[in-house]
Amino acid sequence: MNKQDVSAVKMTALNCNVYYNEKQAIKDVTIDIRADEVTAFIGPSGCGKSTFLRCLNRMNDTIAGCRVTGDIKLDGEDIYGKAMDVVQLRARVGMVFQKPNPFPKSIYENIAYGPRIHGLISNKTGLDEVVKNSLQKAGLWEEVKDRLNESGTALSGGQQQRLCIARAIAVNPEVILMDEPCSALDPIATAKIEELIEELRGRYAIVIVTHNMQQAARVSQKTAFFHLGSMVEYGATTDIFTNPRKERTKDYITGRYG
Amino acid sequence: MIEDHQTQQVPTNWRDAAMQQRIKKRYAAEKRFRLFGFTTVIFALGFLVFLIGDVVLKAFPAFTAAEIQLSVTFDSTAFGLARTRADIDAAEYGAFIKAGLAKRFPEAQNRTTKRELRELVSEDAERVLKAAVEANPDLIGKTKVFWLPGSDIVELYVKNQLNAKGVVGERLASDTMLARLNSAQSNGELRKTFNTRFFSAPDSKHAELAGIAGSAKGSLLTLFVTLLAAFPLAIFTAIYLEQFAPKNHLTDFIEVNINNLAAVPSVIYGLLGASVYLGFMEMHRSASLVGGLTLALMTMPTIVIASRAAIKAVPPSIRDGAVALGASPLQAVFHHVLPSAMPGMLTGTIIGMSRALGETAPLLLIGMVGFFGDIPSSFNDGTAVLPVQIYIWASATERLFAQKTSAAILVLLLFLIIMNATAIYFRNRFEKRW
Amino acid sequence: MQIWPVIFALVLLSLVGFAVGQWRATVVLSRNEYLHSRPGHHGWYTALITFLPALVILIAVSFYLPHTIDAATLENLPHNEQPVDALSRQVALNEIQSLSQHSGILPSSPAMAEAAKNYEVRLRQATLWLAISVLGTAIIGLVVSSSQITTQFKARSIVEAIFMGGLSLSSVIAILITVGIVLSLLFESIRFFEKVPLLNFLGTSWSTQMAIRSDQVGSVGSFGALPLIYGTAFISLIAMLVAVPIGLMSAIYLTQYASLKMRRILKPVLEILAGVPTVVYGVFAVITIAPAIRAWGQSMGIDATSDSALAAGLVMGVMIIPFMSSMSDDALTAVPQSMRDGSLALGATPSETIRKVLLPAALPGIAGSFLLAISRAIGETMIVVMAAGQAANLTINPFKSVTTVTVQIVAALTGGDETFDSPRTLVAFALGLLLFIITLLLNIIALRVVKKYREAYD
Repeated sequence: MNKQDVSAVKMTALNCNVYYNEKQAIKDVTIDIRADEVTAFIGPSGCGKSTFLRCLNRMNDTIAGCRVTGDIKLDGEDIYGKAMDVVQLRARVGMVFQKPNPFPKSIYENIAYGPRIHGLISNKTGLDEVVKNSLQKAGLWEEVKDRLNESGTALSGGQQQRLCIARAIAVNPEVILMDEPCSALDPIATAKIEELIEELRGRYAIVIVTHNMQQAARVSQKTAFFHLGSMVEYGATTDIFTNPRKERTKDYITGRYG
Repeated sequence: MIEDHQTQQVPTNWRDAAMQQRIKKRYAAEKRFRLFGFTTVIFALGFLVFLIGDVVLKAFPAFTAAEIQLSVTFDSTAFGLARTRADIDAAEYGAFIKAGLAKRFPEAQNRTTKRELRELVSEDAERVLKAAVEANPDLIGKTKVFWLPGSDIVELYVKNQLNAKGVVGERLASDTMLARLNSAQSNGELRKTFNTRFFSAPDSKHAELAGIAGSAKGSLLTLFVTLLAAFPLAIFTAIYLEQFAPKNHLTDFIEVNINNLAAVPSVIYGLLGASVYLGFMEMHRSASLVGGLTLALMTMPTIVIASRAAIKAVPPSIRDGAVALGASPLQAVFHHVLPSAMPGMLTGTIIGMSRALGETAPLLLIGMVGFFGDIPSSFNDGTAVLPVQIYIWASATERLFAQKTSAAILVLLLFLIIMNATAIYFRNRFEKRW
Repeated sequence: MQIWPVIFALVLLSLVGFAVGQWRATVVLSRNEYLHSRPGHHGWYTALITFLPALVILIAVSFYLPHTIDAATLENLPHNEQPVDALSRQVALNEIQSLSQHSGILPSSPAMAEAAKNYEVRLRQATLWLAISVLGTAIIGLVVSSSQITTQFKARSIVEAIFMGGLSLSSVIAILITVGIVLSLLFESIRFFEKVPLLNFLGTSWSTQMAIRSDQVGSVGSFGALPLIYGTAFISLIAMLVAVPIGLMSAIYLTQYASLKMRRILKPVLEILAGVPTVVYGVFAVITIAPAIRAWGQSMGIDATSDSALAAGLVMGVMIIPFMSSMSDDALTAVPQSMRDGSLALGATPSETIRKVLLPAALPGIAGSFLLAISRAIGETMIVVMAAGQAANLTINPFKSVTTVTVQIVAALTGGDETFDSPRTLVAFALGLLLFIITLLLNIIALRVVKKYREAYD
């Protein structure tokens, strides 16, 4: 691990606090997210892990009354700073949601949507290429290549989620945030997504929020444990699950609460 | 696990000048879109302000009336010796006014100018004089100074709405007339008063006398009939469909029917009323009974839809609880579900009634349009309603009628605001959250 | 005919019936016997049996008697004063009625004064008959029903059956109204088409003024409805050009951009526009907008009439804005938040999200509201009656005047020809039938689309 240098740190958060109106949802979180790893956020419901995740691409901006203090940086650039453009930020930090949310358009249009609005590709053949590429990376190409013009909502739940991942990949992000991407899926579909995450690791920095500790153990290299808005412990996944330093982490992973 | 088998994706170059240009364009488009949305909201609001401001400004003068001072001599020869009630009834009060005017303006000698003189005083002045004599028969044979209601010309004059040539719309005052008005004005013989007649009088052919009492009462009677006919029927229908009706083709059909009826143009209901109530049942044309029943047909679906929503909002557990205690389904509904749903039903009813109050087109078709010079006293009397009165006055050319049109709109809007405010109050005050 | 005292007495009798029924049941109960129903049910039973049959009699008699009185009164007029047609009949009746109601009105002839006196006598007799028949029925009902009270008598079941019957009957009224609309429109339309051939109705020439005398050659007149349909479509088009962009965009602004507080204030304020009676819009169109358009047109060198299609269409468009806006609002808020998040998370701007994701997703709902708005526009009456013209032109110039189906319906029935037998009057029903069918189709399709759409996101 030591051979990986500091430049591999993709995102950092320093003393990050999040408030909903007067209520504090995130307390003083400091974390580094590495470009070549999968980072998992675990913790009981309402612990703030999803809230923190949404800060990383400023999706919290859409919620009225939400305020973020502290520094969150992407490649050393403050994402809440004046120079940062939220549209570009979200293109660089993609997001996959809890419930698959394909647009009510064709599979092709779902993928092509992002590259089009950002003007990444101008010609039809280039776009076809991006669609094919993204679907291949998301492991969906073989299943849908003959029906690209069918509605994205007609796919099965697991396929829809992989479509959403492909959609995020298509805008060539640097980080992919996944907010409990498997919680609405059956075990087989879940296994496919986990496989996919493993495939994507290294290409993109991946942050995954999950309820499922086995899943965190399976897919991630780093794990952060959140509780009551604070980040209790952060470290290598193997350490967190085998040798937690904090009592609360231990209680949680041994199933005392949560 | 395969370590480091993937290499980092090459990031998009967002700093590229073309890309920056593009982002700028996208934000400009965003701004334009947002501004367009804001503009449309402002347009709609602005129109509302313009509409109401226009009505209020134009309505304002209608609340002012003019009076003219005149010394009237009640010539005792006009009353007979006995001075009975019949004599007082039969006396020619117009003649006293003519005499009084001739005395005040002695320069008017020929027939044309004398007729012109008479145009200074409203026709209603005769009634005022008669009432004075009835109240005090001792006036007979005496002379007294009266403030008499002025004609439309006088009214326009005191409102400064006669222009230099004395021409306004259809009304034309001659130079001599203007001279007389000027002299009366400088002698303090003209004054402005609050126009109580507008609220107490029925429609009239004379613009200065026309009021909304007839049409307002017509509206009241009509709405009363509508409420009486539509409310129970609608409530019963809603209860039945929501609580008792078996799910079958008939109830499905009824449901589709009600939804469609709520969207049928109101003028169709007028045709139905004309054909069934007037043609088939031979009820009285223009009567508030017919108007009310026609509007009831139109209002019922609205109330049914609102009432069903209100009943639906009551959780079934309330009804089930009552039934479990041994109440019959009917008792459970009437004792427990209905009281909870009532505020919602009343809100829907008030909203339906306020729509009925503003409705015009179907009433035109059953003959509620025309001149009705009396305040209706029964449900069978021909009458106009407020919106129809507005329609009638709006097509008159005289300026005073134009003012009254706006004033009547103001009154109508006031009623509507009161009704809707009541509905909102009901909804907020009594609505239970489950 | 004094109907109110009779109704009052009937209600009073029913209350008495309730008290009697309840009291008798209590007496039976006090003998410690088991009663099938509670005393209140017996009270209700007695009251209903007192009230309902008498009410039927009351309605029947009060509809029937006035006609017989009118007929008998007119029959007694001397031969030379007998009314010749429906109109003069109405005039004579009106005079007789006002003579009998108000003193101090001079009768037009001694025979009229006589008739008024007759009328009054007949009226008094009729009231008496009404009272006897209604109250008699009520009393019989009261006596019979109160004597039925025994321990075994199932008053509750009967009362509930009556109520249930009442409930289900009233729900059938909705069907009756529809049937009434269809039948009356059909019936009068058939009478119209007996006089005017269908081909004439489908023609392009509208000139009903020719049908004044039935013995004239070519007296039928021209009832070509196409110019009216065209005018309706033309004005509706102008209205939709105003209402759709403004209504849709204001819905977008209120749902997507405005803060919660702003939305809470602005939405009800917009809805005030929907509550303004159409006659007020009509006045506004004819007094303020039409002259303004005319003046503007003249300043631009366009020859604009004072009853231009543009004035009516613009004001109608404003009338439809709140309707379009609130329906689109519903459609937009029905699109799941996740759709919006998904697009924003890809780096789309809010307007890109709205245009490329939300609007396509809400399209069926918006299409439904669009159809309902069209149906509103073509059925709207007062604005066009006041602001649009009477001349049936086929023009695409919005500064010229066109007429609409609803304008001609109103014109046909308010033209002073008050009997339903000339084609000039009957054409209103043929036009009404046309209007009804078109709006019904639009509504059915729209409600289907909206319903399907709601199900898709539930």
